[in-house]
Amino acid sequence: MRLTRLQRYYLYYTVLFLLFTGFLAVLERHGMPPRWIGYAFLVFTVSMYATIGVFSRTSDVSEYYVAGRRVPAFFNGMATGADWMSAASFMGLAGTLYLQGFQGLAYIVGWTGGFVLVALLLAPYLRRFGQFTIPDFLSARYGGNAVRLIAVFAAILASFVYVVAQIYGVGVITSRFVSLQFEIGVFVGLAGVLVCSFLGGMRAITWTQVAQYLILIVAYLTPVAILSYKVTGVPVPQVVYGSVLQQVTALETELFVAPAETEVRELYRERAATYAEKIQHLPHSLLEERAYYAAEVERLRSSDAQMREVVALERQRRELPKTSEEARHHWERAQHEALERSQPPRPHAEAFPGTTEAERNVLRNNFLALVFCLTIGTAALPHVLMRYYTTPSVAQARQSVFWSLLFIGILYVTAPAYAVFAKFEVLSNLVGIPIAKLPGWVMAWTKIGLISIEDINGDGLLQFAELSLNPDVIVLATPEIAGMPYVVSGLVAAGGLAAALSTADGLLLTITSALSHDVYFRVFRPQSSTQFRLVIAKILLLVVALMAALVAAQKPGTILSMVAWAFSIAGAALFPALVLGIFWARATRAGAIASMLVGLGLTLYYIARMEFGGHAWLGLGEEMLGPWFDLHSTSAGVFGIVAGFVTHVVVSLLTPANPEAEDFLACVREPSEQLGRS
Amino acid sequence: MPQPEISPYWRRTRRLTGSLLLVWYVLTFGVVFFARELNEFNWLGFPLGFYFAAQGVFFCYLGIVVYYNRRMQSLDAVHTVPSGQGGE
Repeated sequence: MRLTRLQRYYLYYTVLFLLFTGFLAVLERHGMPPRWIGYAFLVFTVSMYATIGVFSRTSDVSEYYVAGRRVPAFFNGMATGADWMSAASFMGLAGTLYLQGFQGLAYIVGWTGGFVLVALLLAPYLRRFGQFTIPDFLSARYGGNAVRLIAVFAAILASFVYVVAQIYGVGVITSRFVSLQFEIGVFVGLAGVLVCSFLGGMRAITWTQVAQYLILIVAYLTPVAILSYKVTGVPVPQVVYGSVLQQVTALETELFVAPAETEVRELYRERAATYAEKIQHLPHSLLEERAYYAAEVERLRSSDAQMREVVALERQRRELPKTSEEARHHWERAQHEALERSQPPRPHAEAFPGTTEAERNVLRNNFLALVFCLTIGTAALPHVLMRYYTTPSVAQARQSVFWSLLFIGILYVTAPAYAVFAKFEVLSNLVGIPIAKLPGWVMAWTKIGLISIEDINGDGLLQFAELSLNPDVIVLATPEIAGMPYVVSGLVAAGGLAAALSTADGLLLTITSALSHDVYFRVFRPQSSTQFRLVIAKILLLVVALMAALVAAQKPGTILSMVAWAFSIAGAALFPALVLGIFWARATRAGAIASMLVGLGLTLYYIARMEFGGHAWLGLGEEMLGPWFDLHSTSAGVFGIVAGFVTHVVVSLLTPANPEAEDFLACVREPSEQLGRS
Repeated sequence: MPQPEISPYWRRTRRLTGSLLLVWYVLTFGVVFFARELNEFNWLGFPLGFYFAAQGVFFCYLGIVVYYNRRMQSLDAVHTVPSGQGGE
């Protein structure tokens, strides 16, 4: 196989990175402290990205927005892979699969299926159109600035929350692995993003994303391959985890009916009932609670109890909710959590697990709805679609969707294996062990708050229902679970960092180009010079990045769940207008505007209604569909997307056709002509 | 409303796109719908329904994209006007 010059460069780079990792492994043997290993990875990888970023600096508009349209399909696929896979894919996905079993596979199906839609419906047409942004495309198809501005709004809305979550992820990783303070970590992340994108725009981002993809995929595969080798003797986890899954299923059938487990679940059910009662008797119950603690503190003080106990009780009293409203919120959450833990666990491999036929159908519908939302959302996220402007030709754009899907699939096919191996380790090595004798890594992650253990039945042993894991912990802790040297943990951290930085870069450029190209240049100052446009773009990039870092530094707790909404928002606002614009000549401007507004409005309304409008549904534990599956709001897109399509068709048929769309369609659909510059 | 002339290239593209979308739809929503029933079967050590959602469907997606690219490549070759301004 002949390699191109670029492929050779990246091969050297990968070898260099592997040598560097091996070198650190040797140093660790000779006593290099873990913290230094963390620093070494951070400095080495970020300076690599910075070098690429500086070498790719540019002052050409086409280079800045679309990398000069010279990115070969293979590398565009790799860059799209890194662009697409965020901190959540890298750290969260395996954990979600661990917790939800089969139900979590909706993410795998939806996120890969989205690229089929990109390939068939969008990428070739965007490339043939050949401008700079997604609002460009919609505005050229339908005419006018209204469509452009709505698209800009939707693109920025979907991207900003997403970019904040990435920078937040960088903060988490740096604070955990090199023990920087979280806020400092966030600004390290900001610097990392800027060195990649500030000077070189899309061109620099593309080549750093390729570099970041290579690191993140090596980092993702290494620990699970070692774990697989340890458990099965074969280092190809994707192929052999079927047999481990069988063992997991056998352990589950034995364990889930064990008397200790049912006892623990019963205790959690009682606790949930207690909270329900308290909530019902608000505000009286809060007063009672206060009086109880006051009396208890008095009693302990007057007896000769230990000072430590009194202090602990005092703290509990201080932490009591101040108002009735606060108490309701607080207790509802506690009740919900207890109720979750009281549910019998779902067998990992069972599809749509439920005790009754109706319950199973609900789960199946929710699975399919989530798949639908994620698929359409994937095919409408502007930072991914933008990448298909950068290939040299339409054929290469098509080809690069194939490479994107392949490179993304490598991670997504591995994630379920991660989950199964982790579950096997937990079921066979943790459950039933005396809590005092749990391995060190459990304790280490408990301190950070990502694992929590509560011996609710007081038997001193760990039951499965007593253990609660944050989804992020699965990938991050796998090296420790398998007893690997610290250098592997450092490698995983470097991979997580690469995933977060690469996605943040792409999103940042999407926001910047929407503002500088679509709003400033196209709407306000069409006569401005290209030099000046570029200056504006760079200033905006800086401002948006700073804003994202400032928001991330506030540690917004709900940010990670908000990312899921980006899919619904982008899908409902952009997908119907894009697809009907290409495939239906009769689609009109009024139809597009109406569909974007209705889709976006309905989705936002649904999210707001479910998330902020009353917590009545929290009490209805039976109707909740799982802790990670807040389907009420992540599926908001289902309604928005369908409504968007219907509105587009109806309004288009009611309004006169846009005759000027003919030229546009002729250019976009036919192979021989090219619109715009290329 | 006079319908504009539809070129053979576009008609073929549309037919190909439509049929592949149908395949995508059936695989994604049709087969996964029956995941419970498929889980009764064993495939490479996995319950079949689980395997399909975790890996099988991904390989099918790759197949769709490869097939589409091949067909479009040959459509392009047949229909591109050899005037030198195609740029592809």
